[in-house]
Amino acid sequence: MEKFDVIVIGAGLAGLAAAYTLAEAGAEVLVLEKGDYPGAKNVTGGRIYLNPVRDLFPALWEKAPVERPIVHEQVALMARDRSLTVSYTGDELKGPEANSYSILRAKFDRWLAQQAEKKGAMIINKTRVDELIIEDGKVIGVRAGGDELGADVVIAADGVLALTSQLAGLRGPLDPKHFAVGFKEIIELDRGIIEDRFGLEGDEGAARLFMGEVTRGKFGGGFLYTNKASLSLGIVVGVHDLTDRAPAVQAPALLDEFKLRPEIVKLISGGQTVEYSAHLIPEGGLKTMGRLYGDGILAAGDAAGLAMNIGVTVRGMEYALASGYYAAQAVLKARESGDFSAEGLKVYQQLLNDSFVMKDFQSFRDAPQVLDYPPLFEHLPELAGSIMKDLYAVPAGPKERIYPSLRRYLTVKEIWDLIKLGRRMMKI
Amino acid sequence: MSEIMNLKAKLGLDVFKPYAEPHITIKAGMEKHHLLKRAVLVCPAGLYSENAGGEVELSIDGCLECGTCLVACGSEVLEWHYPQGGSGVQFRFG
Ligand SMILES: Cc1cc2nc3c(=O)[nH]c(=O)nc-3n(C[C@H](O)[C@H](O)[C@H](O)COP(=O)(O)OP(=O)(O)OC[C@H]3O[C@@H](n4cnc5c(N)ncnc54)[C@H](O)[C@@H]3O)c2cc1C
Ligand code: SF4
Repeated sequence: MEKFDVIVIGAGLAGLAAAYTLAEAGAEVLVLEKGDYPGAKNVTGGRIYLNPVRDLFPALWEKAPVERPIVHEQVALMARDRSLTVSYTGDELKGPEANSYSILRAKFDRWLAQQAEKKGAMIINKTRVDELIIEDGKVIGVRAGGDELGADVVIAADGVLALTSQLAGLRGPLDPKHFAVGFKEIIELDRGIIEDRFGLEGDEGAARLFMGEVTRGKFGGGFLYTNKASLSLGIVVGVHDLTDRAPAVQAPALLDEFKLRPEIVKLISGGQTVEYSAHLIPEGGLKTMGRLYGDGILAAGDAAGLAMNIGVTVRGMEYALASGYYAAQAVLKARESGDFSAEGLKVYQQLLNDSFVMKDFQSFRDAPQVLDYPPLFEHLPELAGSIMKDLYAVPAGPKERIYPSLRRYLTVKEIWDLIKLGRRMMKI
Repeated sequence: MSEIMNLKAKLGLDVFKPYAEPHITIKAGMEKHHLLKRAVLVCPAGLYSENAGGEVELSIDGCLECGTCLVACGSEVLEWHYPQGGSGVQFRFG
């Protein structure tokens, strides 16, 4: 059996970050990827928040093929017949080190793989890992495409389904309550039109989020990000809400209806859809994470459950990059002692605990339960829309005083519900 | 521009490489299982449908490999694998 220092399963962000870091330190690392090229199977919304990971890979970012720095933010509460939008822009979003950047994974992952290869990592595409080789409870390699390949450590960076982690006993079966499905279209549109339509200066970008009717009140929302010469337009919706919360609706219909909304029609007009993709997102947070390491194995990125949705920010990519980096650091530490058992690898947990990764997951550990609150998605957008309608209306006859019309919507029960919502929100 | 693009046409925009064999199948005898009905709602590619006899059918061409059917229905009713390396969907944007 051919043997490597480290085998990484999956050339996504977590796997490539691990491979880059390990190769840079001189370890012999093999990455196995089932797609035709890194990124061929990977989907995000999306935008990447680079600030937390700039220092982990200082040499990478200057030439990174991101799309546009996001300097215009909007979030819309979408009621059936109207919507209320909040816009935000500010100097802090701009500058050479912007808060977030839109990104297309097929392009980005391929580039990151090249950077890892330059450091000496070996990446083999078109190769699916079928099984782990486990001896006396310790992972000692993988079976892939009929070959047996050995390693001191296997890094499971195989994404949200965590199939490898399940094989290694780090995680149990997946619960639909802890996952959302995202599906989106890439809509090509002339750069100049994008910039005019979204009020952007040159390379600047915009992000728009929509909640409420867009998911028929189910947990989730719609998103639109501007890329250089295309838009990413899609929906994220909780899997459990899709199967169990009325009204019953087939997922693809939500995107079709979204595209017919007047708010959206104008933005995508003249564009050409060139790709349709879908992917799951782990959203259960800290309480559903499972174990991150075992004998001869570490899990990183989505495979470790390291993504979170706290409303206006969906984050997973920087956690994937950082956990890949710390997994590599843990392996390098274990090499010093030659102990690749769980005992030798547990430093990984410590490294993550001391970093922004686990600090964030601790801070936002209640977010999944707090946000799993139907009125937030069903009722609040309708309420906000109705209040706006009456505030702005000038009817043919006399206009009603503002206070009584507000009170029609804001009954005692309604106000009490809002207070309860506020209390829930205090946990995140 | 504002007419709805049919799902098959949308999937037709993607690059798919042929599989040697279907990578997801409904386990024998499970076609009418209540858990399987969830797949009809969640599959973003609309590949599951329920026939007149109450059986759920899957037509695998166009699978985006998202795994949502597996998480929604579970491995009790579905035999679920990723396709062999080098086959299945290959995103150009992602
Ligand atoms: C619609 C949507 C919107 C999102 N929006 C955002 C956002 O705006 N910001 C953000 O930060 N995050 C966002 N996320 C989350 C983010 O995309 C993920 O957290 C991130 O991509 C995880 O990276 P990863 O490297 O862990 O996994 P992946 O990118 O999934 O990589 C896993 C890799 O492993 C490979 N693989 C799997 N199994 C095998 C096997 N058996 N053999 C060989 N290879 C294998 C896969 O082909 C893949 O290349 C979003 C996700 C979705 C779906
Ligand atoms: S993996 Fe996704 S696209 Fe494929 S059949 Fe299942 S739900 Fe549909």
